[in-house]
Amino acid sequence: MTADFEASRPIYIQIVYKILLQIARHERSAGEKLPSVREMAISLGVNPNTIQRTYGELERMQVVETKRGQGTFITENRAVLDAMVKKLQRETIDLFVANMKELGISEDKMVDELKKYLMKKEGGI
Amino acid sequence: MICFENATKKYGKEFALKNMNLKIEKGKIYGLVGANGSGKSTTLKMIAGLVRPNSGKVLVMGMPANRKIAENVSYLTELDMFYEGFTIRQMIEYTASQFLDFRIKKAEKLIEFMNLDFSKKIKNLSKGNRGRLKLVLSLSRDVPILLLDEPFSGLDPMVRESIVKSLLTFLDFDKQTVVITTHEIAEIEPILDEIIVLNNGQFIAQHTVDQLREEQGQSVLEWMKENLNREDLEKV
Repeated sequence: MTADFEASRPIYIQIVYKILLQIARHERSAGEKLPSVREMAISLGVNPNTIQRTYGELERMQVVETKRGQGTFITENRAVLDAMVKKLQRETIDLFVANMKELGISEDKMVDELKKYLMKKEGGI
Repeated sequence: MICFENATKKYGKEFALKNMNLKIEKGKIYGLVGANGSGKSTTLKMIAGLVRPNSGKVLVMGMPANRKIAENVSYLTELDMFYEGFTIRQMIEYTASQFLDFRIKKAEKLIEFMNLDFSKKIKNLSKGNRGRLKLVLSLSRDVPILLLDEPFSGLDPMVRESIVKSLLTFLDFDKQTVVITTHEIAEIEPILDEIIVLNNGQFIAQHTVDQLREEQGQSVLEWMKENLNREDLEKV
């Protein structure tokens, strides 16, 4: 359908993550209004109750605020957003490091390999 | 909203439904799933008051389901029920004359949303457009309960998508409860609140979709494959 979801995680969590990534990439910015629950449900092809849970979870994380009668907005509090983006980065690095360690690669080697990989990429290979 | 209490239906000696217990709440979308002959259509017909239980009870909005319940229930059948010679416009007017709660304005919006042509004769419609028209007619009624029996069967992915979108766009989620039977479970899973699983005329399970993912890490389809097979094995 319109969006694909993995089987192993609740759909509302996957949409939370999707919105966090959009904020991290500056596709959505501080203070911006999010689409209404119904609009978001239609564009993603999911049940409105799912979006309600997504917005509820984002609100709990203080990433969004619901203003009565106006809708849901991304917080103006940049410190909260910066912390959230840092946390996402941190989690991604944790995962990378853990995976490399499982492969038996030392930390020095990890840094070397990563540098080599990125250099190659820049070289267009 | 809808409640089955030990409802049993037999056709001759065959059980179509056996000691069915079920609760359906207001304002949710339910997927009714199970293999052919599992009792899905019988369940819908009972809610619509078209089939009465041999024993047990089927209550819809607190009342035993009978033909009068048609005032509160919009039922999309698996079959085509059209007058071939009618145009789409005439079919809408005819349906409006049969149901007091039919909203012509809403039907017109839906026809446009689905890109259908009012002046086209039913007999000249493609299978996909007949499927779309069926949905337009059942969604245009201002009723608390909508029953959709295999709304996707035999329709291509484009038509299925337009049906899903129109459900999300035109349903009144505060007031309307929807029960959908389907084999295309993977496709409509994201729009469902809960699934109800039937097998051989018996109730097997009822789960919220996110509960399956959260607790078992499985989509509805994966869960069904694992659990329904086990259920079948026990019976052998």
